[in-house]
Amino acid sequence: MNEIRRLVFLERSSYRRRRTRDASRLLPILGLLIFFLPGLWDGNEEGKILLSGAMIFLFVAWCFLIGIAAFLSRYLSEPVVGETIYPEELSGE
Amino acid sequence: MVNSLIIVSLAYVAALFLVAFYAERLASQGRGAWLRSPIIYTLSLSVYCTAWTFYGAVGSAARAGLEFLAVYLGPTLVLIGWWWLLRKIVRIGRSQKITSIADMISSRYGKSNPIAVIVTVMAVIGTTPYIALQLQSVTLSFNTFIEASDPGSKVIDPNSTAFWVAVGLAFFTILFGTRNLDANERHHGVVTAIALEAVIKLVALVAVGVFVVWQVMGGVSETFTAIDASDIQFWDRAGGRWTGILFVSAAAFIALPRMFQVMVVENDDEGYLSTASWAFPTYVMLMSLFVVPIAVAGLQIFPKGANPDLFVLTVPLAQGWNKLAMFAFIGGFSAATSMVIVAAIALSTMVSNHVVMPIWLALSSRDLSVAGDVRQIVLYSRRVSIAGILALGYFYLELTGGGAALAAIGLISFAGVAQFLPAMIGGIFWRAANRHGALCGLLTGFSIWAFTLFLPSFGPDALISASVFENGLFGLSWLRPNALFGIEGLDSLVHALLWSILLNTLVFVVVSLVTFPNPMERLQGAQFVNVFDHSHAASSWSKGRAEAEDLLIMCQRIIGPNEAQKLFRAEAERQGIDGYLPDTTPEFLQRLERELAGSVGAATAHAMIAQIVGRSSVSVDDLMRVADETAQIMEYSSQIEAKSAELARTARQLTEANEKLTKLSVQKDAFLSQVSHELRTPMTSIRAFSEILGEGLGLNDVDRAKYAGIIHGETIRLTRLLDDLLDLSVLENGQVKLNIERGNVADLIDQAMSATHLTEKELKISRDRANEDYWLTTDLDRLTQVVINLISNAAKYCENSRPKLTISVRRDGDQINFDFVDNGKGVPREFQDEIFEKFSRASDRAAGAGLGLAICREVMTNLGGAITYLPGQGGAAFRLTVPISARQRPSV
Repeated sequence: MNEIRRLVFLERSSYRRRRTRDASRLLPILGLLIFFLPGLWDGNEEGKILLSGAMIFLFVAWCFLIGIAAFLSRYLSEPVVGETIYPEELSGE
Repeated sequence: MVNSLIIVSLAYVAALFLVAFYAERLASQGRGAWLRSPIIYTLSLSVYCTAWTFYGAVGSAARAGLEFLAVYLGPTLVLIGWWWLLRKIVRIGRSQKITSIADMISSRYGKSNPIAVIVTVMAVIGTTPYIALQLQSVTLSFNTFIEASDPGSKVIDPNSTAFWVAVGLAFFTILFGTRNLDANERHHGVVTAIALEAVIKLVALVAVGVFVVWQVMGGVSETFTAIDASDIQFWDRAGGRWTGILFVSAAAFIALPRMFQVMVVENDDEGYLSTASWAFPTYVMLMSLFVVPIAVAGLQIFPKGANPDLFVLTVPLAQGWNKLAMFAFIGGFSAATSMVIVAAIALSTMVSNHVVMPIWLALSSRDLSVAGDVRQIVLYSRRVSIAGILALGYFYLELTGGGAALAAIGLISFAGVAQFLPAMIGGIFWRAANRHGALCGLLTGFSIWAFTLFLPSFGPDALISASVFENGLFGLSWLRPNALFGIEGLDSLVHALLWSILLNTLVFVVVSLVTFPNPMERLQGAQFVNVFDHSHAASSWSKGRAEAEDLLIMCQRIIGPNEAQKLFRAEAERQGIDGYLPDTTPEFLQRLERELAGSVGAATAHAMIAQIVGRSSVSVDDLMRVADETAQIMEYSSQIEAKSAELARTARQLTEANEKLTKLSVQKDAFLSQVSHELRTPMTSIRAFSEILGEGLGLNDVDRAKYAGIIHGETIRLTRLLDDLLDLSVLENGQVKLNIERGNVADLIDQAMSATHLTEKELKISRDRANEDYWLTTDLDRLTQVVINLISNAAKYCENSRPKLTISVRRDGDQINFDFVDNGKGVPREFQDEIFEKFSRASDRAAGAGLGLAICREVMTNLGGAITYLPGQGGAAFRLTVPISARQRPSV
């Protein structure tokens, strides 16, 4: 019983790790979408938008992305149980 | 004021020298772990932020609003997606020991030197104006400072400033960039100095920003009020430039030679990327945080027409904050110098590795086996390349005279290096990408970039005549630099990017699809695309004992535990260490490699040790060498295999011969016992009767005659037996002389029948004489002997009250078959195989030594025919097969 529980735990952690990688791959796409948003905003009669508003939006979005990246990087860089990397098996053996 | 600026600048430069020197010394002593930390790595990435971004971002904000942000947002996207792209590039760089972006692209395409040369040339063309821009920024800021702080002073000749800056930078770069020739091309001194400069430029810009927001504007809300009231209160997003700059800056972040240098080549541990993924975006976010306020302040303070590119300096100066302005100058100086230093190192590596060295090696006829000689040449060519690149930058500035044309060069340079992207990204994700595709794609993209963006940037009639702008190349209107294929109205950057990247990618893909890669490319392609299968992450365990232990484990498996332990023990003792784990010094590794080479071959040994010690995957060259050795070993072992097969064959033949001999010996024994038995029986009766006769007691004449008759009969039997034996022996040895004659089969049978003297009652012979009219050329006497034997056998053994033998003769090709079938019981199945053997008798009924059929068989063999038993004919049936024309058998 104890052993089964441990296995389930390992499975879950490696599953979580894979999803973290997925999130890390998707993050730039999310960033791209966010950075394109000001381009879609309704402008004034000349098609221009207020600079200060766009600036605040972009900086807040920027901080948001940095925060997520920092959060993900903690999980991506920590060594994984069961996936520990040993010096490679010698070839020819 | 001017003097103090010069003194501060020189002091700062001296500090940089010291830091670089100190870091270099720590690294060479193996100390200073902090030199290899994620923070230093992240800070070194800031060579992305050059003087163009330090000063130019504010200028750009003053002219075009938030557009400057895209230059930072592009790299942010690349970094937060590090797991997908940068990690792979860095892993490839480390496992393949990549030294530059040219090396990366050419390595991927089978180490093709033409590609390396083209990438190098493109990188030099794209980077030289950028270096000129840095020199110009230092000159401009210096002169601005002097003019503003000391209006009466004489303006120093800008060219001389640029010249001395270039000389100083060349000196610094040569000193720390070519100090040694590390196989990994890492420069701890330079990287540490760059990291320090990164801190200085960030702090300087933030300081100016804080000063502007809280000193000039009076707070955050006032700043926003000022922004909303300024000339740049609205942001014009037209022309697709936002997208274009976002893309081109992301591409340049990966492909710029200097970025590749700090990000991939100088990388010590790919785990640093995970820190950089958020720390570097934070850095550039802080770098751009105060850009808009500074621009707005500059626009407020200065009249229209003032150069917004220098607001970072002029705003504090105008407020009388000279020390802050000086700090800002040092920040700009840092940004300019760090870019020039790293770019010069990156370019000199490329130029010397891919242009100078191949030419030198081709021209040089000297013996290259002296390794030190080549190392000196490489260092020398690096130094010359660095000086050359800085000279190019300086002359470029001199020739163009700087100005607006140069200010635009930042994005143009980005667009130029972005042309590396399809070949590079395609190469690491698509195995079918090949060198023809990469070469054509690069040339296409670069030509379009040069025609639509780079050459026009000098203005009409400078390098491209105005008529080409107006009417297109060769008068073809669809070949106008600003409206390729007739598409007008696009921003020139977006236009150039669209066409160059689009066609570059298209040509790359199509040519790759229709051409075929060579084996080296296919190997490299697999190595690059599947880099995570072939290599392992930079492990965190430190050099030293863990390594030695791994080496010992490997060694034990190859040369045996005792030998390996003895070797390690001896080495540890020699180094004065207890136990079995010596330090992995180069000498030890060399000795170990030699030891292992004795067992597994030099290349394999090298690759194995490199895997443990170098933590790099095996290169294709290594693999090729391993394959060579393996092929030799395989050939050798196949030779051995052939020989051992031959031996096995011989052994088998010997065994067979032995078995035969044993069998023959057994047969001989059996034969001898048979013969003695056959001889003893008549001998016994002869002896008995001759004794009776000798005693002569009461024998009447009748008895005496009877006994003498018996003795006579037995001696005849003995004589016949001995005759038969002699005959058989002659026949078996093949020593018989055949008397070849021509005769008729019917006559032969007639002769045999008359020789047997048999009456009708003893044996009735049925034959069809008309069908026996064949002519034979053979030893007729011998054949007759066989026929007689078969007829008399039938008479003796046929167990029928009215024995009958049917003789039929038939021709079968060039053979004649004689069938002798009687109406007896035949030979029992179990005896059919034996009846032709000597002394074999199927029944005890008739007397006989059992040699008749053996003799028949030998005779038939000597005549080139055969005698066989035909089963299932009703009685005993024998078939003689005789060739129509017998040849004299060669005597043995």
